[in-house]
Order: sequence, then C-alpha cells, then structure tokens
Amino acid sequence: MPKITRITRLGRQTQMGLLLLLMGGAITLAQAYLPDFLHRLPSWSDLWAAGLDRFFSWVQNDLGLIYVTRAIAGWLGFLIDAAANILYGKSRWPRIDALPWSAVTALVALMGWYLGGWRLALLGGFSLFWTAMVGQWKWTMETMSVIVVAAPLGFLLGLGLGIASWKWARFEAALRPILAILQTLPFFSYLLPAVIFFKVGPTAASVATIIYAMPPMILMTALGLKQVPQEVVEAGKMSGCTRWQMLVRVYLPSARTELLVGLNQVIMLSLAMVVLTSFIGMPGLGAKLLVMMNSFKLGHSFEIGITIVLLAATLDRLSKAWVVKQPKHFAKGTPWWQRHQAWLICLGVFVFFMLMAQIFPFLNQISRGDSFSVGKELDVLIKAFLGLGFVQVITGSIRWFFNIWVLVPTEQGILYLPTFAVIFIVSGLSWLLGGWRSGVIGFVFFTGVAVLGWWDRAMLTLHATLTATLLAMLLGMPLAIWAARRKRRSEVMILICDIAQTFPSFIYLLPAIMLFGITPITVILAILIFTMVPIVRYTVEGLRGVSPEITEAADMSGATRRQKLWYTQLPLAMPTIAVGLNQALMFAFFMVIIAAFIGTRDLGQEMQRTLAGTHLGKNFTLGFSVVLIALTFDIAINAWAEKRRKILGL
Amino acid sequence: MKSINKLTKILTMAGALAFAPGLAVAEDSSDPIIIPIHNWSSQIVMSNVVGQMYESMGLNVEYVTTDSQAVYESVRLGDVTLELEVWEGAFGASYRAALAKGGMVDAGEHNAITREDWWYPLWTKEACPGLPSWEALNECADLFRTAETGDKGRYLDGPVDWLKHGQERAEALDMNFTVINAGSAAALWAEIGAAEANKRPVVVFNWTPNFAEAVWEGEFVEFPTWEDGCDKDPAKGPNPNALYDCGNPATGYLRKVAHHEMTTKWPSAYCVLSNISFTNPQIAEMAKMVDVDELEPEEAASKWLKGNKGVTQPWIDACTT
Repeated sequence: MPKITRITRLGRQTQMGLLLLLMGGAITLAQAYLPDFLHRLPSWSDLWAAGLDRFFSWVQNDLGLIYVTRAIAGWLGFLIDAAANILYGKSRWPRIDALPWSAVTALVALMGWYLGGWRLALLGGFSLFWTAMVGQWKWTMETMSVIVVAAPLGFLLGLGLGIASWKWARFEAALRPILAILQTLPFFSYLLPAVIFFKVGPTAASVATIIYAMPPMILMTALGLKQVPQEVVEAGKMSGCTRWQMLVRVYLPSARTELLVGLNQVIMLSLAMVVLTSFIGMPGLGAKLLVMMNSFKLGHSFEIGITIVLLAATLDRLSKAWVVKQPKHFAKGTPWWQRHQAWLICLGVFVFFMLMAQIFPFLNQISRGDSFSVGKELDVLIKAFLGLGFVQVITGSIRWFFNIWVLVPTEQGILYLPTFAVIFIVSGLSWLLGGWRSGVIGFVFFTGVAVLGWWDRAMLTLHATLTATLLAMLLGMPLAIWAARRKRRSEVMILICDIAQTFPSFIYLLPAIMLFGITPITVILAILIFTMVPIVRYTVEGLRGVSPEITEAADMSGATRRQKLWYTQLPLAMPTIAVGLNQALMFAFFMVIIAAFIGTRDLGQEMQRTLAGTHLGKNFTLGFSVVLIALTFDIAINAWAEKRRKILGL
Repeated sequence: MKSINKLTKILTMAGALAFAPGLAVAEDSSDPIIIPIHNWSSQIVMSNVVGQMYESMGLNVEYVTTDSQAVYESVRLGDVTLELEVWEGAFGASYRAALAKGGMVDAGEHNAITREDWWYPLWTKEACPGLPSWEALNECADLFRTAETGDKGRYLDGPVDWLKHGQERAEALDMNFTVINAGSAAALWAEIGAAEANKRPVVVFNWTPNFAEAVWEGEFVEFPTWEDGCDKDPAKGPNPNALYDCGNPATGYLRKVAHHEMTTKWPSAYCVLSNISFTNPQIAEMAKMVDVDELEPEEAASKWLKGNKGVTQPWIDACTT
C-alpha cells in the first residue's frame, strides 16, 4: 500500500512541475501580446540600494556596531601580531624574533613522522624546504601568521556553534539559513564591510577567513554529536558525570573523528582564501601573487602557486593523519619521559637547529637574492609555449566555435526569455526535483531576483554558471567513471582533484586570457576547472562506495559492464553525485563573480564597479541577487538527493 | 600656519636636543604610521621609499596590503594613515566620495603627470601607418577585428571600476569599434603579451607612468584634445551632441592624501608628506627596479633612496629644522 501512495504523490508532483514549465513556455510564446511587466519588471534597484545604504549607515554609526567589531578586531590583531613576531619577526609582543626556517622545517617533518611515518615526514619537510629554497619563506610565514590564528578560532567557534545547534533544535533552525546566505554571498560583498567593521589588514582578512571556513565545522560537530552511540552516553551517565563532564569527557571524545574532519575542512578552506583576502589586507603569498600578476610575471606567480599547493597538501595530510591516529594510552607507572617521548624529540631537534642557525646563517634565513627561484626562466618557457603556432590555432578554433556557435546564441536566448517565463520554468524544475517546497521557494526567490532589479545581469551570471557546470559534467563524469573502475586510478584522480582545488585560480586566469582572449569562453573555462573538481571527486567516491555485494549480484545475473554501470552503480551513487553537482554549482557561483577579473558583463562586473566610490547598498543588492539564485538550486538539489537516499535506504 | 608649526618645532627641538641623538622628532607620535600597499610595483616601491624616509626620522612605520579602491574608506577611518598614489583617472571617484564624507585631507600633488588613454604597442603602427591619429585608427578598424566583434574592431578598455568611458567615446566619435572591458590590469597585460607573440595589432587602455613602458614600446592614440567640461557639456569637443568626445586630459594629477588626524598626530611626517613630489622618470625608475631588475621592493627602495638623497633630504629638512 505505501508504495502505491508514493507513486500517486510523485505523479502529482510531476504534473505540477510540468504545468509550471508549460506556463513558462506559454508566456515566452505569447510575449508579444503580454503586458510589459511580465516581460521585465520595472527596475527598483536604486530604491533598494538607497535603503540598504541607510541601513548600513544606521548599523555603523547609530547602533554603534562598529565599536563592538573594532574591539574584536583589536584582540584579533593582538593574537596575529604575536604570531607574526614569532614567525617572521614583526616588532611586536613577545619580541622573540623570527624562528629560523631550518628549525620550523625540522619540526614539521618530525610532526609528519609522528603522525604518519616517513612519507608524511618527507612531504612536510620537502614543502617547507622548497618554500625556503625559492625564497618565499617570509611571505609564507606572513600568510601563516594569519592562518594560525584564523584556523583555530574558526575551529573553536564552529565547535561552539555546532554544540549549540545540537543542543537546541531552534538554534539550528535559525542558524541554517544564515550559514546558507554567508556561503553563497559573493566575495565582493564581503570586501567593504570587512574593511569598514574590522579594519583593513590582517584582522579583516582573518575575519573573512573565519566566516568562510567555519560552516563545515558547525555541520560536522552537530553530525558527530548526534551519532554518539546510546551505550556510550549511558555509560557516562552511570558513572555519574555532570553535564559539563558528559560533554567534555563523553560526547566530544566520541565524536573525535567528525570533529577532526571538520578541522581539516577549516584548514583547507582557510588556505583557499589566501589570495582573495589579500584584497583586504592578508599579507604574504596572496599579496605577492597579485603583484606578480599585475607585472605580468607568469613564472613567479606559478612558483607561488606551487608553494600554496604544497602548503595545503602538507596541512591536509597532517590533519588527516591526526584523524586516523588514535590516542595512545599508557600503563600506569610509565615514566613521564616515555609517555612524552615524541614531544621530547621535537624539543631536542628544535633546540639543535636553533643553535645551528646561530652558527650557519643560511640555516636561519635565505633572502630572495640567494634563492634558487627559476621564475624568470619559467616565465620565458610559459610565454613561449603559449605563443606556439599550433597552440594558437587550436585555441583559436575552440574560441571561435564556442563563442560564436554556443555561448553568444544561448546568451541571447536566455535574455530573450521574459522574466516571468524564467520564474515559472525555474520553479517548475525545482518542483520536479525537490517537491512543492522547492518549487515554491524557487518561485519566491526568482521573483525576488526580478524585484531587486538586476535581471539581465543576473541572467548572464546564471547562463555562465549553468554552462560551465554542464560542461564540467560532460567532461568530468566520463573521466570519473573511467577512474572509478580501478582503485589506483581513483586515488590518482582524487590527488589531482586536491591539487586543482588548492592551486590558486588567479594563476591560470592569465594564461587562459592569453589563449582565448577576453571573451565568454575564457570565463567559462576559468569556472570549469574549479567546477569539475567536486563533480569528479563525488562521482568517484559515489561509485567506489557502492557495496561490492550489489555489484557482484549484478555480475552474477550476467550484466554487461554497461548494464552494471547504468542499472546498479550510477543509480546507487546518484545521491552522492548530486551532492557533488550541488557543490559544483556553488563553486561556479563563487567563481563566476571572481571571473570579473577577466572581464564579464554580469553581476560580478557591476559589483566590481561598486567598489569605486564605496556603494555598499548597490553592492548588497547585487550580492543578494546571487544569493537568491544560488540558494534556489541548492535547496532543490538537496531535497532531491535527500529523497533519493530515503528511497534507496541509504 | 606653516611658520607657527616651524616655530613650535624649533622650540621643541631646542628642548629635545638635550637628550635626543641626531634629528629625532620629538613631537610626532610613536604609534606606527600605516602605509597601504597595492598590487602594482611603482606604488609599492614608492610606499617603501616614503616609509624608509619616515624611519630615518625616527618614526615607526607599518605596511598593510589593501585593495586600491577600498583603501579610501580606510584612510577616512584612520586605519591607514596615508595614500601616495591617487590617480585622477582610476581613483578620482573613490577619492572624491571619501573627501566628501570627511576624515581625509588632501596632501597635494606629485610633480608627475599621469596620462590614461587608448594605447597601442609599436608593432601595431607597422600595420596601420597613419597612427597615432584617431581618425587613422578608425580607418584601420578592420585590423582589430576579432571573432566575437564581427566586422567592428575591438578596443580593450580598463576595468569598469576605473570608470573610463571608452564606450561613450567610441559612440560619440562614431568609431567603428566595439568596446570590451578587461577585468583587471593583469588581463590587459595578458592580451598585449598574447598579441606580441605574432605581432597582432591591438589597441588597449594603458597609462603612464607604468612598468609596461619598459616591456612594450608603444604610443597613445591622439584624440581631439581635452577641453574642460568635455565630460559634462555636450557642446565641448567635435561632436556637439555628445559627451566624452575628447581624449582624456594628457596631464592628469597624481596626488597624496592622508587621514585628517595625521596633521596633528604626526605633524612633521605630514609636513614631509606634503613636500613629497615625485616625477615621472623617478616613478618609472622605481618600477623598473622591481619589474625588470627583480629587486625586492624594500631593497629597491633603499637603493633608490641612496641614489637620490639630494631629492628626498630637502623634503625632510624643510620640516625638521
């Protein structure tokens, strides 16, 4: 019986979705006969901007929020300055002066060895050794001085908020939409408020980093705490724990794995922000990268990119090893030096290198002049490659084909559609995917976009995002399916994903422009690289995660490889793939705004314009247009994945 | 005002001489002066030069990297103390907005003049010998066609937040060009760099002083000369019905600004700031030391200072003695 009701409900859902799509189509066909407001709403964008400007000025001056945030910025600044003193010798408390590079490198290598054996020791040691050798030590330490404050704070705040949202369902309900908005709000909207409220410099950079990196920590904390087994909780209660002890001694240790996975995410996202936050005062690698790019030094920017990838890889692998490593317990009566052996060795090696650095100055500091940087040679090499005849012919024809035959016509197509046709189509699709709630949300949110008054630009943003995601699927899915067949291949593919994700996207913007010019295809390609990562990653993981019993059953019933893929593996992996697709869309919305640095005509370009003259209100009108579009997709896809998972019993 | 300042300075100097070694300026605050650094080399080196000048006066200096548009809000709020390169063309709007809101003071102009306009690398001239006249450029529009611009030529304008009005000019002068906005300075360089490989003719937005002059030789397109009001009064310029039908002023300002409290908190530093005035060749030299000779900005600054003591010392002396 329940099965039948489900089918009829599904039927109604489909009907409604199709009905909405039909209405969208009808409006498009009849647009010549319809009143103007159905085609385009009158633009109220100036009205919204003025209102928001007044609101921000009220918050800043009358409400005095700026004093609160400035006080927070003061404390943050103190912490960052202290870290800066130790890492690169900024003249602030505690005035210790910079640690020698050799000592820090040795320490990281030892940590790698302790957590994951010689391979991790090699990775950690090599990464920092490379950094020192190419003369980027100081820049790296400048960057790290902010990260070592921002990442732990992001971890702690996320932990706190995660615990709160696990304890109080209402808190979680209130927090969720805020997090969703924070995650989809374009980067250009963070820029001005961060500078105004938190003081331009490392403090604003660290606040932006924390806000961006914290959400996964909150989610992982809540998830981990919810999954603590009942037996453990009861054991805690029976031994008479107080509520505080329950939390600290029972719940948190049981959720250790999830918490550390959250920490890993915080670290990785912090590193992902290194370049972007340099617009608001992040010192170090990101800032240098922008300088190198503005003086057209591809080689040097490439070297910085490698450093950032190595740094990210080291921190990623170290924190993952920490997840896997279970705490060691010692028998009673073990002497303290045996229990703290690792710490003692670290201390010994550290002191050794500190002393050596006093004797041999090159162990203390390597200046840019003495470094082994090959930036100039690399530069010549890259530019020569980009200038090769056959490269230009190939890219020239790709550029011609995509721009003239694909991108320009579809762009004009989406602009031709009346506003209300788009609203109906989007809401119909969301209804088909996620049910009535998603459909209604799609309708309301897209109407919101229309009311905010930047419709044409919003459509261009939507067009670039959807095209890039579609291309990413067409290219990424077959690649992932191919990779998922063998264990070794999938590991390599995931590694490539890791690298592609941490390599700063700014670096390939320039070669992309040199190859494809400042045209729509360049924008699409820049988004594409970033967008393919989650699609490949989640498809590989989804397919690898299908339980072997099921694939064996398919084999035994004589399914061909294609049948096995289409009828068992893909359907079962689909919810996971959908999560990847959703993430890809969110990445695309993030990148499409950044692509304003190439040259676009969408919301991103208009947001860039607001930076001249500090038009905060207009900036947020544009920013919220992006938020509304992104959230519509986010909600519909998630609802679909959730439903599929329930049906499949996953 | 200046003479009173000087008088108080002499008086305090007399008192300070008893225990302060050398030319220490006793009345300036010991809080660090925060100097913003952006992402182009001349500005970074210049900021370091001025920072090192302040340090030689015994003041504390710190640098912070920021966006070059958002920085005016920070100057206004006092988060950064000054800004050394306010370009008339690119940052005029942000500068005027911040000045109107209050909290920022104008510290005078550099000797350097800036020019920002349509520009082409020299190899373009071989294909279109009539250049630099804009009419000749218009006749060669075919040379600048791309797949996307159809039968019109392409002019690559600066980022929209620099407010360059390339589109308006092309329309006002009825030019056979489509205007595409690059998203960043780096995007402009990438286009020129790509064109260099096969000496393809391009016309792009460019400015001087700029490192690009040292890398690619080129010239500005000569448009109808700028008349005051060309951007407000349609009657000005050759087209009686349109705005922006002139070239940009060939003598744009490059000025310095400061947070308003700098005048009282670091009076001698502010005095030095208002004296500072770099010339075009000096700025080009600073940029070249980093962009071509690959020095670090700090090294470049101290090297430049060593070679130009005669230029900078009088600015300091005028305020400390």
